[in-house]
Amino acid sequence: MADATSINTLPAQPGNWFDRVPPAYWVLGLVLLVAPAFVSPFILGEVFSRALILGMIALSLMFLGGYGGMVSLAQMAFAGFAGYMVAVFGSSAVVEISQGWPWWLVIPLALILTVIFSVAIGWLAVRTEGIYTIMITLAIAAAFFYFTRQNYDIFNGFQGFNSVEPPRLFGVDWRGNYAFYFLTLFWAVVCYAVVLYVSQAPFGLALQGVRDNPRRMAALGYNVTAHRVAAYAFAGVIAGLGGILSTWQLSQISPGTVSIGAAIDILVIAVVGGLRHPIGAFIGAFVFVLLETFAKDFLITLGMAGERFQLVIGLGFLLIVFFSPDGLLGLWDKFKASRNRDPLTGEDKGERPL
Amino acid sequence: MRRYANAHPIWTGIIAIAVVILLWLIFAVWPPGLVDVIGRKKVFLSALFNGITLGGLYFLVASGFTLIFGLMRNVNLAHGTLYLLGGYVGFHAANITGYWLLAFPVAFVVVGICGVLLQVLVFRRMEGEDLRQTLVTIGISIVMADLMLWGFGGDFINISPPSWLSGPVETFFVTAERRNGDLVYLKYPVVRIVIFVAAVVLGVAMWLALNKTRIGMMIRAGVDDRDMLSATGARIQIVFVGVFAFGAGLAGIAGVVGGTFQSIAPGEDIRFLLASLVVVIVGGMGSIPGAALGALLIGLAEQFGSVYFPTYAVVLTFLIMVVVLAFRPQGLLGQSG
Repeated sequence: MADATSINTLPAQPGNWFDRVPPAYWVLGLVLLVAPAFVSPFILGEVFSRALILGMIALSLMFLGGYGGMVSLAQMAFAGFAGYMVAVFGSSAVVEISQGWPWWLVIPLALILTVIFSVAIGWLAVRTEGIYTIMITLAIAAAFFYFTRQNYDIFNGFQGFNSVEPPRLFGVDWRGNYAFYFLTLFWAVVCYAVVLYVSQAPFGLALQGVRDNPRRMAALGYNVTAHRVAAYAFAGVIAGLGGILSTWQLSQISPGTVSIGAAIDILVIAVVGGLRHPIGAFIGAFVFVLLETFAKDFLITLGMAGERFQLVIGLGFLLIVFFSPDGLLGLWDKFKASRNRDPLTGEDKGERPL
Repeated sequence: MRRYANAHPIWTGIIAIAVVILLWLIFAVWPPGLVDVIGRKKVFLSALFNGITLGGLYFLVASGFTLIFGLMRNVNLAHGTLYLLGGYVGFHAANITGYWLLAFPVAFVVVGICGVLLQVLVFRRMEGEDLRQTLVTIGISIVMADLMLWGFGGDFINISPPSWLSGPVETFFVTAERRNGDLVYLKYPVVRIVIFVAAVVLGVAMWLALNKTRIGMMIRAGVDDRDMLSATGARIQIVFVGVFAFGAGLAGIAGVVGGTFQSIAPGEDIRFLLASLVVVIVGGMGSIPGAALGALLIGLAEQFGSVYFPTYAVVLTFLIMVVVLAFRPQGLLGQSG
């Protein structure tokens, strides 16, 4: 069985992988690389970096939900856990709790602990299926939120930790808008590439087999539970990376970060983007962050109260899930299919059955 | 019960001993040594009764949830929203009419109608698509939460019970013995007792309706095999709508109850959604007795937790869920498979 955590390299395909990257990626990559030159630092931090981070956490949900068939609402809890671990073992303004260990120890330790945490939760969650998984992970996310709020020995209760800052490496201040943007971009691209690779690797294919027909996979000799738990471990690493970056960006972590609303936001992002392809997580994150940032101003220009932006986000989400279960990617596919359709015979080639 | 005793003699023994200890704890005058260890009896007794009444409230919310899930496999994550809506509707109904009792039918009907709308407009369109149902109901609960915040404001609202229900009543439970030999009896709010009795009556009525009537028979048949039931000519869509309306109405009533002995505020919807999730996970999906047992366990755990280990009260609830999931994934009284 392929071990999820051992797959950390890009595909080792014969030299021409460079040519096989679709042209759209080159355009997108170029846009993302030169974006800092065109947008204001505020937009860069609040929209681009934020969307990349939320996209990473949503990507971990997309991996579990899209390839594993397990929709987990606990991904934000894993991300928050990693952020908390960085604050606890690294340095923060709460000197009574923070250990102040060096970054090269703290970050791997935080990720390892996150993997252990997600394996424990995953082991619990995979005992159930389908809809039960959603309910149980929602309950777990809520329990984690309340726990962090009430525990003062480790999680510092209601206040959490502030002044959790990225380490100064190579003489770069990673808190700066530009440096931080490239840091998140780098890790987002790494996570995206690794998820794409894993989805084609034996482990990912077996996982998709488990999603489609667990009994047949078990009959073929695959350990269904182990694959699912390994998927949780792998998704835990991605969520953990996102959580650490998020903690650094806000330079604080508190129970509000792992609240039930935040956990549902991640689900909203992943679903609005589309659970079928990893890019959906990032598309959803961009749309969500744009809405979150500008819905208020938009409402005010329309002459409505700005506090209603939650309503706009909720309605948008509702409309998308109501009309397109596959999110924006699904709408895009429908659009492409309708263009493929022959106007005379009405035959279509591209549309996939849902 | 006898069959259970024969099959699991050790468990029966443990349960019997626990019940005896509990009865002794409730009725005996505590010796000083025990008071030193776990505190005064009054605290224990009020935690116990608060836990039981809270369990009654949780049962009201969760039974509708579990009924809807058991029959239709519909996961209604907007159930907490229905609870909150019931609370607000009941509050305004009681304020306008001046009768507390009127809040219940009004909340039941209004929220029941919302349930019918949900069933007809949402769930019937996406039958069998679990994930979509979940997502759409999450979307509805986000939108409704904001609309209710808009319409009813963000304040804590308390529905005040009528005068004949307010104030404490002296019960026959001894809490302590004075030096001169007088016994001190526990005082407990009447409204909580009334509400708990009402929850029990409702639970028994539901059990009777499910097990002794024709409609109940149809619902149980639907839980077991929906396709077969509709093949026999039962008008299953009407049963579905009825059960959905009833389950939603129960959530509405629970909202009035919750608003009376706790309070109603934005955010309570998620709290009660989670509570009903945990209750039905612990008790077993689709089982009314399971919901009762789960609600009682969770209510007691929450109250005892907040009295004896205040920091980790929520974690205690969670631990119960984890233990149940680890050893009985289908829930305490759920059917396997």
